[in-house]
Amino acid sequence: MVTAITTMGRSGLSDWLMQRVSAVILLAYFLFIAWVVGNGVDYDSWKMLFSQTWMRIFSLGALLSLAVHAWIGMWVVLSDYVTARLLGAAGNVLRFVLQVGCAITLFTYVVWGIQILWGY
Amino acid sequence: MLQVSLYRYNPETDQEPWTQEVEFDSGGKDLMVLDVMEQIKAQDPTLAFRRSCREGVCGSDGVNINGKNGLACITALSETVRDNKLVIRPLPGLPVVRDLVVDMSMFYDQYEKVEPYLQNSSAPPAIERLQSPEERAKLDGLYECILCACCSTSCPSFWWNPDRFIGPAGLLQSYRFLADSRDTATEQRLSKLDDPYSVFRCHGIQNCVGVCPKGLNPTKAIGHIRNLLLERAI
Amino acid sequence: MGSIRTISFDGVIVGGGGAGMRAALQLAQSGFKTAVITKVFPTRSHTVSAQGGITCAIASDDPNDDWRWHMYDTVKGSDYIGDQDAIEYMCSVGPEAVYELEHMGMPFSRTEEGRIYQRPFGGQSKNFGEGGQAARTCAAADRTGHALLHTLYQGNMKNNTVFFNEWYATDIVKNADGAVVGVIAICMETGETVYVKSRATVFATGGAGRIYASTTNAHINTGDGVGMSLRAGFPVQDIEMWQFHPTGIHGAGVLVTEGCRGEGGYLINKDGERFMERYAPNAKDLAGRDVVARSMVKEILEGRGCGPDGDHVLLKLDHLGEDVLLSRLPGICELSETFAHVDPTKEPVPVVPTCHYMMGGIPTNVNGQALTLDAQGNDQIIPGFYAVGEVACVSVHGANRLGGNSLLDLVVFGRASGLFIENALRDGIVMRDASDSDIEQGMSRLDKLNNSTGGENVAGLKKELQNIMQNHFGVFRNAEFMQQGIEKLAELRSRIDNAELSDKSQAYNTARIEALELHNLFEVAEATAITAEERKESRGAHARDDYQERDDENWLCHSLYSPGDKQVAKRAVNFEPKTVDTFAPKARVY
Repeated sequence: MVTAITTMGRSGLSDWLMQRVSAVILLAYFLFIAWVVGNGVDYDSWKMLFSQTWMRIFSLGALLSLAVHAWIGMWVVLSDYVTARLLGAAGNVLRFVLQVGCAITLFTYVVWGIQILWGY
Repeated sequence: MLQVSLYRYNPETDQEPWTQEVEFDSGGKDLMVLDVMEQIKAQDPTLAFRRSCREGVCGSDGVNINGKNGLACITALSETVRDNKLVIRPLPGLPVVRDLVVDMSMFYDQYEKVEPYLQNSSAPPAIERLQSPEERAKLDGLYECILCACCSTSCPSFWWNPDRFIGPAGLLQSYRFLADSRDTATEQRLSKLDDPYSVFRCHGIQNCVGVCPKGLNPTKAIGHIRNLLLERAI
Repeated sequence: MGSIRTISFDGVIVGGGGAGMRAALQLAQSGFKTAVITKVFPTRSHTVSAQGGITCAIASDDPNDDWRWHMYDTVKGSDYIGDQDAIEYMCSVGPEAVYELEHMGMPFSRTEEGRIYQRPFGGQSKNFGEGGQAARTCAAADRTGHALLHTLYQGNMKNNTVFFNEWYATDIVKNADGAVVGVIAICMETGETVYVKSRATVFATGGAGRIYASTTNAHINTGDGVGMSLRAGFPVQDIEMWQFHPTGIHGAGVLVTEGCRGEGGYLINKDGERFMERYAPNAKDLAGRDVVARSMVKEILEGRGCGPDGDHVLLKLDHLGEDVLLSRLPGICELSETFAHVDPTKEPVPVVPTCHYMMGGIPTNVNGQALTLDAQGNDQIIPGFYAVGEVACVSVHGANRLGGNSLLDLVVFGRASGLFIENALRDGIVMRDASDSDIEQGMSRLDKLNNSTGGENVAGLKKELQNIMQNHFGVFRNAEFMQQGIEKLAELRSRIDNAELSDKSQAYNTARIEALELHNLFEVAEATAITAEERKESRGAHARDDYQERDDENWLCHSLYSPGDKQVAKRAVNFEPKTVDTFAPKARVY
């Protein structure tokens, strides 16, 4: 059992599950958007679409999924390549900085996304 | 003439690793890579590598042959040599002790971590514990592992986190005991695997499957472990 | 050489194969401070190559099976120079030892009833040879040795045994009283040499098949235990008895199990004739290994061999069908493809008798205590010294080992010595001291090698040695040829003693190990040669053209080779089992 971990999830299994579930949501969202765009879209119909509550919830779900997916994915990538094992003690500091960067970015995206969805 | 390139490094005399080029005459025979190594060593005894059974069951002579991990003793020249070139390097990802000999302690540590021995809380009977042929068949494809480390050292996840990710060999043995009808420690075993590293660093790229000299499938075993963890959580 | 580091243990086991790890397990469980010194990671020991199984009367195939029947077969197989008290012990304790392995998790193949699967092997019978072929060999497919060795390693891991992996024992340290007080060992990774001191030193170093050019044995089977023991002045027993396994793959030497014939495979000559029917009308292909190997060589010598050079015969398996082959003999299918380029489900496998097993070794009693003879010719226990497994000669195999008995030998006597040592330690065997000069004596060979200059190359000398043994001490032997061989060996000795170690580095120096191994190979080869020439009869694996008959009047005894004067003495065979009647020698027919 590896205990020295910095992931957000409570276990490897929940991380793994969240990765899969968020991926499915994202896939569904992007397929839907592709379908909408494929059928021809103009400003009015786009605005119309996003004024509906279910679309806002769906978009918010996708946005949160993106955050979760990116957070876990970036954590995995960083803890593969930016480690004390490969870079010395500086690796841990650098990884922490990058993770904080990721967190701020993702948080910003989520807040910004909510503003966009409900702000107009 | 076969062009053999050997990775050489003696920590006492070499500042850094170097490549030894040897012209080798196989006499037209389809030798095994180990035969080539043995014959080169007969001329140059300083070349260091491990070998024992020379028939693919002891797992000593795992090396990287023309870019692919495998056992030197059962890899024939005909199946690996292209353009007359044979490049032999140590298994990747582990510290080199000398030449083709790597320090396998991290690999063995991960094997030990899965407690690879039968655990049964009840007292054993006077004869053997009974097991049906069907139950026993579940161990096929698992118990045959020879701990050669070809799989784990071909796995990028193991390269990056050899101290945390158990790796394909260890996980294959972990599942060998999870799958054994005589083992009663399933819950304890699973509870020790449910962190983000031990099992879940496997991203299913199947390098391990491609190199296993015994034709085993660690990725499949890891999938089974994940399913057991999932069933346990639900 | 200044003083070296000393490490102390209650028990030190040299060799991490089946026998060593079974002994270690026993001692580790007892709580005594135990260490295993092994020159390869334990699961790479040669036990891993055992295929067919472990013979033992667990009465799974036949509910009426009896260990006494197994004992009868083993005595007969040994050509009556196996010690009957030891064979009795092995066969009667066997089931317990096998069940222990199963409880430890060994993945045996199973019957429909859920019991351990048993297959027929050579030399097996029911009802003291009267009841036809028995199926007594417990199997894990055709990977029994692998399954057993890994299980034992796992068991030791569970019990926290201390392993010195990739450490190589070079010589015995013997004190002024003639007691064994440990060994000198090198850490291969760092080159550090230490004195490993112990109250009980157990040799489990395996065989020495590499004295022959063609062998089923691993590269590591270099007779290190026998070599060290001979150099310490202790005798070896029945060392002329070398088993040639009938079915080594032609050209490669790799073993295909007797289990192939147990499952119904048989040997054919170039005419497609099942020739064993002529040599052993009852047991046919499942006669004793010595009988089958000699029959094969006769076929080849009489011009009925196969291939362009007529130098091998064929093992036919395709009639068994793909299902049986792939489920019961999967490893054999792999090996045949790899080393003979033959698919056994379609074509027969080219095979030839190949050196396989050393029946002789360090003489011991059933507790694993090493023995020598005193001036009056009585057995004398060597204090502190034990041997188990192939390096030991208990003797349960006598002049010819039965298939499946080696794995049983390993676990039964590994366990027995462990139990005995545990009790002895509890009764308080003292830690005997070694003087500086005792340690220096143990270091002398290594020191000489480390300072060698200008001698010959080790690999070339090894090849020469192997060819002498192959040509002069093979399946059939005669005085003239053996004497020539002995002369050649005598000439080789000084060249090997002076072989050069050109690479003096400390880091994982395999050249040093191979030079040290060569000394051991030579000791075993010389003992084999001199003793083989001395035993003027044919018995078991020792077949002479010039003395074709068994001579019970003069040679119903063990040979005992002493390294000092290179003389061969005789030692009595035990004919006194404790719970059954003696099996008296009779003509050995299959």
